[in-house]
Amino acid sequence: MDSFTGAFSEAFALILRGDSDLLEIVALSLRVTMTAVAVACVIGLPLGALLVVGRFPGRTALTVVVNSLMGLPPVVVGLLVYMMLSNSGPLGVLQLLYTPTAMIIAQAVLVTPIIIALSRQVIEDLYAEYDEQLRAMGMTRFAMVPTLLFDARFSLITVALAGLGRAIAEVGAVLIVGGNINHVTRVMTTTIALETSKGNLALALGLGIILIALALLVNAAVMSVRHSAARTAHA
Amino acid sequence: MLERVPVLIRKRVTDRKNRECMLRLRNVVFEAGGKRLIDGLDLELFSGTKTVIMGPNGAGKSLALKLIQGLLEPASGDIVRPNEGADFATAMVFQRPTLLRRSVEANLDHALRVCRVGRADRRHRVEELLELGNLEHLRKQPARRLSGGEQQRLSVVRAMASRPKLLLLDEPTASLDPAATAAIEALVNEAHQGGTKIVFVTHDAGQARRIGDEVVFLHKGRLCEQTPAEEFFEQPVSVEAAAYLAGRLVL
Repeated sequence: MDSFTGAFSEAFALILRGDSDLLEIVALSLRVTMTAVAVACVIGLPLGALLVVGRFPGRTALTVVVNSLMGLPPVVVGLLVYMMLSNSGPLGVLQLLYTPTAMIIAQAVLVTPIIIALSRQVIEDLYAEYDEQLRAMGMTRFAMVPTLLFDARFSLITVALAGLGRAIAEVGAVLIVGGNINHVTRVMTTTIALETSKGNLALALGLGIILIALALLVNAAVMSVRHSAARTAHA
Repeated sequence: MLERVPVLIRKRVTDRKNRECMLRLRNVVFEAGGKRLIDGLDLELFSGTKTVIMGPNGAGKSLALKLIQGLLEPASGDIVRPNEGADFATAMVFQRPTLLRRSVEANLDHALRVCRVGRADRRHRVEELLELGNLEHLRKQPARRLSGGEQQRLSVVRAMASRPKLLLLDEPTASLDPAATAAIEALVNEAHQGGTKIVFVTHDAGQARRIGDEVVFLHKGRLCEQTPAEEFFEQPVSVEAAAYLAGRLVL
C-alpha cells in the first residue's frame, strides 16, 4: 500500500516538476496522434462523402466493410504496417520502420475507417436534407461534396475528435511499428506498458494521469463543440 | 364533359400573339409506387406571363414543377424547351426553404459560385441580391435563424442568383403571414418585370388573382384548363375548377 500511495505522489511530482523525459514522451504522443488524425481526416472525410453521393455497384457492401473496419484491432494494424515497412516488405526501401512516421502511418490506418464511417453517417443525414435544393440549383452529386463537408463541419469536428480519442489511447500498433525506442519512438501508452513491467510505477502512473486528462479534454471539447453558439446558430 | 375540355381550352386560352413558347409538356406521365400521379399532362408555357398553377391536394402541381425543373424524370412523354439557349436557366423555390448552415450572405455567395460567377463579380452580385430581398441588415446572421418570412425572401433571391429565365415557385407563401406573403409577391413581380417567366403554385385564390395572368388548373395529374386569370375566377371552363373554387372538389 505504501508503494501505491508513493507512486501517486511521485507521479504528481514528475508532472508538476515538468520532468523532461515525461514531457518528451507526451509531446511525441501528441505529434504522432494529431498528425495521424489529420491524415485520416484528409483521406476519410471526402471518402465518407463520396460513399454518400456515389452511385456504384457494391456501395452498400463497401459501407458495411468500412463500418466493420472501425473495430480493427490495433495489434493487427500494427502487424500489417510492420509487414509493409519491414526490410522485406514492399515499402522496406523507405526505411521507415521504428520511426515516428511509421507510427503515424499505423494510427492513420487505424483511424481512417472510423472517420469514413462516422462522417458518412453525418453526411448522409445532411444529404437527405439538401439533395433536392442543391439539385434544383443545378449541382451534380459530386459537386455537392464540398458543400456537404462544409455544412456538416460542426458534426465532423466531433468525428475527428472521436478518431483522436481512439488513436491516443492505442498501444498495440505503435508498439509494433515504433518499437518503443527511448527518445525516438516512445509514446505515452508504450511507456506505461514498459515502465509498469519494470516496476517503475511513478512514471507509468504520471503518464496514465496525463492520458486520462487528455481523454477528458477531448471529450470536453466534443461537448463544447456540440453546444457551441455557432453550432446552435446553424442548427 | 372531360372530352370537350381541350376544345374549350383552345377558345379560351390567353392571347399568345408575340408570346414565345418557353416550355412544352407533351403527354408527360410520372408514376411512383405503382400509381400514375401525372397522367398524360399536356401544357404549354409562354414567356412574359405569370402562370399560376392551381388544383386540389394531390393534383400533381408540385410534381409538375419538379418535372419541369428536372428533379424528376418522366416515365414517358417529352418536356421540350423550344428556344433553349446556353444561358437558359431555371430556378425553383420550395414551400419550405432549405438554407445552408451559413450566414445570409454566404448562402447567396454559394448560389453564385454554383452558377460560376467569378469572385470579383460575386461581391457586388451578393449586394444586389441582399438589397433586392431587403436583407442587408441580416447579412451576417445565420440563415437558419431568420424568421420564416426572411428565410423565404432569402430563398427567392437565392433562386434569382442564376438570373433564371424561368422561376418555379411551389407554394412559397403557404406558411407565411400576410406581410411576408406580400414581400414574396413583390419579389416575384420584380422578377417578372426583369423578364423572368413565373410559374407559381398556390391554393390561395386571392393570391392567384393578385399575381396570375393565367391559371393552369390540374386535377388527377391532368390539365383541366388553362385560362386567363380574370376569366378563370369569373367563369371557369371545367367542372372540376368550378367545383374547386366552390370548395367542393376533392381528389
